[in-house]
Amino acid sequence: MELTIEDILAAISVVIIAATIILVVVNIPRLKALWPGFKKYRHLLATLVSRDIKVKYRRSVLGLLWSVLQPLFFMLIITLVFANVFKLGIRDYPVFYITGFVVFSFVSESTTLSLNSILGNASLIKKVYIPKYIFPLQKCLFALVNMVFSLIAVAIVYIILQVQVYPTVFLLVVVMAYAAVFSFGLSLILSAAVMFFRDVAHLYGIWVTAWMYLTPILYPLSILPEPVQNIVKLNPLVYYVEYARSVMIDGVIPDLNTNLICIGFALLTLIIGLVFFKRTQDRFILHM
Amino acid sequence: MNMIEVENVTMRFNMSREKVDSLKEYFIRFMKRQLYFEEFTALENISLTVKQGDIIGIVGLNGSGKSTLLKIISGILKPTSGSARIHGSISPLIELGSGFDFDLTARENVYLNGAVLGYSKAFMSENYAEIIEFAELSEFQDVAIKNFSSGMIARLGFSIATITKPDILIVDEILSVGDFRFKEKSEKRIHDLMAGGTTVVMVSHDIGQIEKLCNRAIWLNHGKLMLEGDAKTVCAAYQAGATQ
Ligand SMILES: Nc1ncnc2c1ncn2[C@@H]1O[C@H](COP(=O)(O)OP(=O)(O)OP(=O)(O)O)[C@@H](O)[C@H]1O
Ligand SMILES: [Mg+2]
Repeated sequence: MELTIEDILAAISVVIIAATIILVVVNIPRLKALWPGFKKYRHLLATLVSRDIKVKYRRSVLGLLWSVLQPLFFMLIITLVFANVFKLGIRDYPVFYITGFVVFSFVSESTTLSLNSILGNASLIKKVYIPKYIFPLQKCLFALVNMVFSLIAVAIVYIILQVQVYPTVFLLVVVMAYAAVFSFGLSLILSAAVMFFRDVAHLYGIWVTAWMYLTPILYPLSILPEPVQNIVKLNPLVYYVEYARSVMIDGVIPDLNTNLICIGFALLTLIIGLVFFKRTQDRFILHM
Repeated sequence: MNMIEVENVTMRFNMSREKVDSLKEYFIRFMKRQLYFEEFTALENISLTVKQGDIIGIVGLNGSGKSTLLKIISGILKPTSGSARIHGSISPLIELGSGFDFDLTARENVYLNGAVLGYSKAFMSENYAEIIEFAELSEFQDVAIKNFSSGMIARLGFSIATITKPDILIVDEILSVGDFRFKEKSEKRIHDLMAGGTTVVMVSHDIGQIEKLCNRAIWLNHGKLMLEGDAKTVCAAYQAGATQ
């Protein structure tokens, strides 16, 4: 039997998960020491997230409308152009596209907003002590709220096209959790890196555009030639998007490998993010 | 009981004229081996212990490191070497409008600043009326604070920071921008806090105020601790030393 790239990634993920469990167990006292700080600042986190939501949704009716209309608008155009030009022959292409789009948008929005979140709060951070991870966390939670709103757009597509809904749709919560952990880890890395190198913001902007095409949002992975497929399969977003499609469109619970890979990427990114952030956070203020 | 323990704190800032803050520049300079770092020592080997109920004043000329020391005590800055530990809750009033968003109204800022200090919305609602009353800003509750005078901002900040009895109150010069009436009021409130056991660390260029409020003082000069002792002695030495 030949090993697929999924098998290899799943095996690595098992190692990562085991390592994480060990790390957590070893660091229980230190993690517990973090808790009072988080408890103290949970009001601040809530205030900041609700302020973001208010600014976007309450102050303009368009805010909510935009969250719903934007994915619909893109879906319409993409469906008209792509599905017809390339004759992809995918059942329910609009649903196929919009599912991928919603997942990708969450990752790109949360990380892009987080990237400048610490720099943007420089005036606050220079004058009072606040645990700095609050700011990327705020942006990730805000993006999560936006994603939930954009699910309204998905629901509209389902209703209009009369697409079949499977009970597995509830597993969307699971993939949202995976993607959220992954995004938070990446957000920690980016928001810290930009403190030292401002052009990280610019480079990441370029990367996000490339990343969108490297993620099978418009096209199914299967149309790529096998060698290319294997490279694209190193992209974590492939698995989050496929997970979402599996529960939304196929009504199939994703297999163990997919779950392991999703968790593996999320935990690895989170751990790298936490370590990098912790080691650099005291120096942020010197670069503001 | 020791409320603040500052041990051998040294703070160095990178003062390079051309700061390398992009990857591109970093690589270019790395290849050319042109990564210089010029350091400036803002605080040098400072040790200080503050006991519960102390009202300690910090005096020194502009740029002597007073604000830097307060920021290290408040945890805003981490010292290059040495350590600063505090015991208990702390309300820092560093510079005007610490923890304010200038685009928001006074009302919104009360809640934001409260959250920054770790208070819940419910708690701030309970105390909202008193905060506004003490700051004498009832007519300006819904005005964006970017339209406030510096005295008004200072009043609001002081009023929020002292709404609970913090174990430690840090005050950096902000008392001096209030008018005489507010000065009297805030001094009275500091006395009340003192009576309740709050420890205060304050920076002021108003020597009279330091002598009146503080029981102890330290004198910083070019980041070095020149003298520590009772407020009157230190203030006298500072004035004699600084006018030389
Ligand atoms: N983030 C920073 N980067 C570089 N240098 C800094 C930084 N913060 C402070 N300094 C330097 O440290 C020195 C001490 O500054 P500090 O603000 O502590 O002075 P101060 O005693 O509060 O003065 P003042 O009476 O004017 O308020 C100054 O020379 C200042 O230029
Ligand atoms: Mg100062």
